[in-house]
Amino acid sequence: MMLRARSHGWLLSSPYLVYAAVFVVFPLAFSLYLVFHRWDGMAAPVFVGLGNLARLVQDPLFYRSILNTLEFLVIHIPLQIVFALLFAVALNSITWLRGFFRAVYFMPVVVSGVVVTILWQQLYSYDNGVLNTILTHLGLGRVPWVTSPALAMPSIALMATWKNVGLYTVMFLVGLQDIPAEMHEAARIDGATAVKRFLRITVPLLRPTMTLVVVLSTINGFSLFVEPYVMTGGGPLNSTLSTVLYIYNQGFYFGHLGYGAALGFVFALIILVVVLIQRKALESA
Amino acid sequence: MRNRASTVAAYAFLSLFFVAFLYPFLWMIASSLKPDLEIVSMGLTSSNYTLGNYLLVFSRAPVVRAFLNSLIVASAVTVSVVLFGAMVGYALAKVKWKGSVYLTAFLLFTMMLPFQLTLIPTYTLIVKLGLTDNLLGLILPNMLTAVAVIMFRQFFQSIPDTILEAARVDGCSEVKLVFKIVMPLAKPAVVTVAIITFLTSWNDVLWPIMVIRERDLMTLPQLVTTFVLGGEAESHLGAKLASATLLAVPIVVFYSFFQRSIVQSFASSGVKG
Repeated sequence: MMLRARSHGWLLSSPYLVYAAVFVVFPLAFSLYLVFHRWDGMAAPVFVGLGNLARLVQDPLFYRSILNTLEFLVIHIPLQIVFALLFAVALNSITWLRGFFRAVYFMPVVVSGVVVTILWQQLYSYDNGVLNTILTHLGLGRVPWVTSPALAMPSIALMATWKNVGLYTVMFLVGLQDIPAEMHEAARIDGATAVKRFLRITVPLLRPTMTLVVVLSTINGFSLFVEPYVMTGGGPLNSTLSTVLYIYNQGFYFGHLGYGAALGFVFALIILVVVLIQRKALESA
Repeated sequence: MRNRASTVAAYAFLSLFFVAFLYPFLWMIASSLKPDLEIVSMGLTSSNYTLGNYLLVFSRAPVVRAFLNSLIVASAVTVSVVLFGAMVGYALAKVKWKGSVYLTAFLLFTMMLPFQLTLIPTYTLIVKLGLTDNLLGLILPNMLTAVAVIMFRQFFQSIPDTILEAARVDGCSEVKLVFKIVMPLAKPAVVTVAIITFLTSWNDVLWPIMVIRERDLMTLPQLVTTFVLGGEAESHLGAKLASATLLAVPIVVFYSFFQRSIVQSFASSGVKG
């Protein structure tokens, strides 16, 4: 009986074992190999020891791309949490049309980032984009949304918030519905104001959802690629060069496979460290 | 009284953002039907609506072909992830064997690994296997995910062992057990995994632009990206917006039919499309 169970366990798991051997373990091992080699994909790889890593620590574009990605995260995550929470609380307080609003807010989540970026490229257009048209109608000046190096990344972060906020809204909504109504009722009888109840009951009880949202949007933010690739190509002046876009350029576009793998390796370590610190901080806060 | 005021405020607030989420899409569709000179307008109406932009896109880019490629890739990936994910998830949840503990630990470990780590190595693997410019190069690396296995495992753990024992006593084989008894029970998990896998695969751009260069093999998001960036749209705003609309329409139609399950799947799983 035990033998049968064991063989069935392996048998049923065999698809994953094969898959993991080819597409998880091999690439992992190969990435370690590539980190120490220079390779263009054609000629034999050349062992360069720590050469790739030495190049990486002196590569201003690598640092630039990390800082750009962090800038994106620092703007995107707070913006996203504030709006997702507001939307979730508002949706939770109504019944009529709730599903309808939720469906519309969520729509940009399922639509391709390519669509959203092409669309926002026009909204952000300096001369005749919809946003600048509104601003000039209001008597305000035009904003160089994606043509100014200082504003391009914040503009992309704003667009990404518009695209993703629906996802985090529905997550907060699930979290809100798990909070017993009696808790708010009791607090109200005790004379707590709506704001106080929100800060003292809702926010603390949403902590698990908050942790999930922060970690997920961090991981998603570190994957930033399509938006700058389509919107700006990483410009102006490399101000929107995300790290994944830089890895793509080095590894794929310039064919520096060893260096691209080294970039990916170090970047993955940075992501792991950031996510672990976040988890620890949020869970113990 | 105070309650009514806050309800009115909630509706006003939600309606404002309802416009902010819907209007850009409507503007995109309306503008894609206008001559270039009129796209500068914020309004949605025009007396010169034209299909010219769409004709330009269809004449310069193999849109239908790309749609079919996307459909083939996303469907193959989804069927594979659901089928194999359920098999492995079942082995980890319901078969008593020593390996399950180690395999589960390994799966959880791989879930932590950022994809950026293996992006270039996996690409070189696909090159060495000769699978560039081949839809298999898009399908094979995505045929299973650790997340799907773990989601199935969690779901199967909630199925009582007694049901399975009864079937085993009746001589039902383990493989048959999975497909005849467990899978029908697992419909909610199947729907969630299928929806998320399909949309993730459908919307992926980074992997296709690395693996596929031949235009007839491109996926729809990739084709639209190269159409807009590669100069074929030239400076025709209308053509760019028409190609973006063509990319949005299949997913929006799909979404309008399965909106409730799609939203629930994402809300419960916590991954992005």
